[in-house]
Amino acid sequence: MQLPPMRLYIHHQLKLKIINMESGKKYILGIYDDEDVLKDGVKKVRDAGVQIDEVYSPFPVHGLEDVLGYKRTRLPIAAFLFGLTGTSLALIMQIGMMTYDWPMIIGGKDFLPMPAFIPVTFEMTVLIAAFGMVFTFLVISDLKPWASPKIYDLRSTDDRHIMAIDIARNKLSPEKIKSILADAGTTEVNEKSFD
Amino acid sequence: MQVTSSVRDPLVTGGKTIHDVTEDICRQVEAKPNKTWGLGMVVSIAVLIVGGGAVWMTLWEGIGMWGLNKTVGWAWDITNFVWWVGIGHAGTLISAILLLFRQKWRTSINRAAEAMTIFAVICAAMFPILHMGRPWLGAYWALPLPNTFGSLWVNFNSPLLWDVFAISTYFSVSLVFWYIGLVPDFATIRDRASGISKTIYGGLSLGWRGGARDWMRYESVSLILAGLATPLVLSVHTIVSFDFATSVIPGWHTTIFPPYFVSGAIFSGFAMVLTLMLVTRKVYKLEDYITIGHIELMNIIIIVTGSIVGIAYLTELFMAWYSGVEYEQYAFLNRATGPYWWAYFIMMSCNVISPQLFWFKKIRTNLTATFILSIVVNIGMWFERFVIIVTSLHRDYLPSSWAMFYPTIYDVGVYLFTFGFFFTAFLLFAKFFPVINMAEVKAVLKSSSERSNGSATAADASLHSSSTETENN
Repeated sequence: MQLPPMRLYIHHQLKLKIINMESGKKYILGIYDDEDVLKDGVKKVRDAGVQIDEVYSPFPVHGLEDVLGYKRTRLPIAAFLFGLTGTSLALIMQIGMMTYDWPMIIGGKDFLPMPAFIPVTFEMTVLIAAFGMVFTFLVISDLKPWASPKIYDLRSTDDRHIMAIDIARNKLSPEKIKSILADAGTTEVNEKSFD
Repeated sequence: MQVTSSVRDPLVTGGKTIHDVTEDICRQVEAKPNKTWGLGMVVSIAVLIVGGGAVWMTLWEGIGMWGLNKTVGWAWDITNFVWWVGIGHAGTLISAILLLFRQKWRTSINRAAEAMTIFAVICAAMFPILHMGRPWLGAYWALPLPNTFGSLWVNFNSPLLWDVFAISTYFSVSLVFWYIGLVPDFATIRDRASGISKTIYGGLSLGWRGGARDWMRYESVSLILAGLATPLVLSVHTIVSFDFATSVIPGWHTTIFPPYFVSGAIFSGFAMVLTLMLVTRKVYKLEDYITIGHIELMNIIIIVTGSIVGIAYLTELFMAWYSGVEYEQYAFLNRATGPYWWAYFIMMSCNVISPQLFWFKKIRTNLTATFILSIVVNIGMWFERFVIIVTSLHRDYLPSSWAMFYPTIYDVGVYLFTFGFFFTAFLLFAKFFPVINMAEVKAVLKSSSERSNGSATAADASLHSSSTETENN
């Protein structure tokens, strides 16, 4: 059954919440110290049929999202729509104030001096596009000051890439997953469970 | 795919590993501040307090405390405003335009340059607000509210109102751009900290974990913010120049102003980045991250923009003569030979002649010379704005209205106040925030550091004879 987009989103969020609320979840962590080895490793692990939860890196690794099979983000579309909103709001505001509500002749200009409206229109477009996009980013990535993030390994913000694999979501046995990871260029394979 | 030639100089020297980057940058945040920092802070706060006295007197007595008169109604206030806004152009230029041009060397300097931008724009905004005389009554008049909440509105034909929108948009977008870049680095500090600082940096890091999905979105946000900030940074000084260019004062109403102001802004902004970075680099021992190569590249940008400014000065003179308008001709003759000839002379020598010294490789790779010239450039750029503003105004249309402008100690004091604020804020930033964008430096480390470049070419010599392939940055 295909749910409408908004329903699908809520459905997805609820599912995530249920997963996050499960206590005593066990993860297998594959640890890498090189981004190119990591990308090859991700390919190997996925080809072996292991489902990867997420890969945590201290810096952006280009092409990682492709080997993980992620869809391209639609944030640029959001930015465009916010920008369009800004343009419209700015024009409505200026034309509403200067042309309809209180028309005045200023410097011999028209009641609708379009060239004079361009700077403010441009600035409002940029302002609303930037803020709208950043706000969307914070919401979809669940970034907020009061967050208490689940950290798999403290080195993931220093110099290691952490591949997190949820045991419960995989059909393969933990031993099998570990042996796949060991052959996929990891420097360490650890286990981590959250209470 | 992008190919980085191994012939290029490495961006990070000293054989740094990824962990070394974390250590070197976090150490400044985690350690107790050193004596140099403490001394800097004491001086900055002293300047802030002394200047604060002048601000207080301006607010208490009114702007009559300044040296303005009936003829010269704009002088130091708008000079300082334009000067600070100009300085505030380098940060977003480095982080946005250099990102679009894939200039990886920006990664070591963008954080501090953006911080500088934000503080400089705050300093700039103080001047129009103080010039309102009674800002507690006047500040909201600049907002699109009905005049005195009656039926009239702000005037959208006025470049001064465009400025309100341009500066506030520029400030807030730069702030957001800067903060989004800081989030992963705050997470790095959080994961090393304990106790109260873990709580504070934990809050600031917004729960960042660095998942591949988050990085994908982060990269997308950075690229689009850069795309939005690039025309924004050009628009801001364009609109500042409209404050003058749309008027009918000889010497002001020229169409060359927007590009001329924008290149002047980049020119002075890079000079200020150099002034600050040379000191930060020395005090924090960041020589491996901000190399002579970085300094040389910034100096090259100074030659380019300085030369554009020089050409603009000459074009102005030519156009004044070629226009055949005697008022315009007189305005320029008066600039060069009138009572303010010395200001014109300082402007010409500091902005046109001094940056040309950077054509010599010895000078542009010399730290002392760069430091001195970076200050000279900013002195020159201050005088440029002074010359444009005061010399165009002081000889009014009627000789009976001719006047001179002399600053009072309150003019000087308010200017000092912004210096005190700027340096206090920058020092606080340098202590509590990571001064170099760790995540971005780590991302270029493999392709562009001394260690990796060398080893990669040695190992892959058979595969890539003269170049190492790296992922598209």
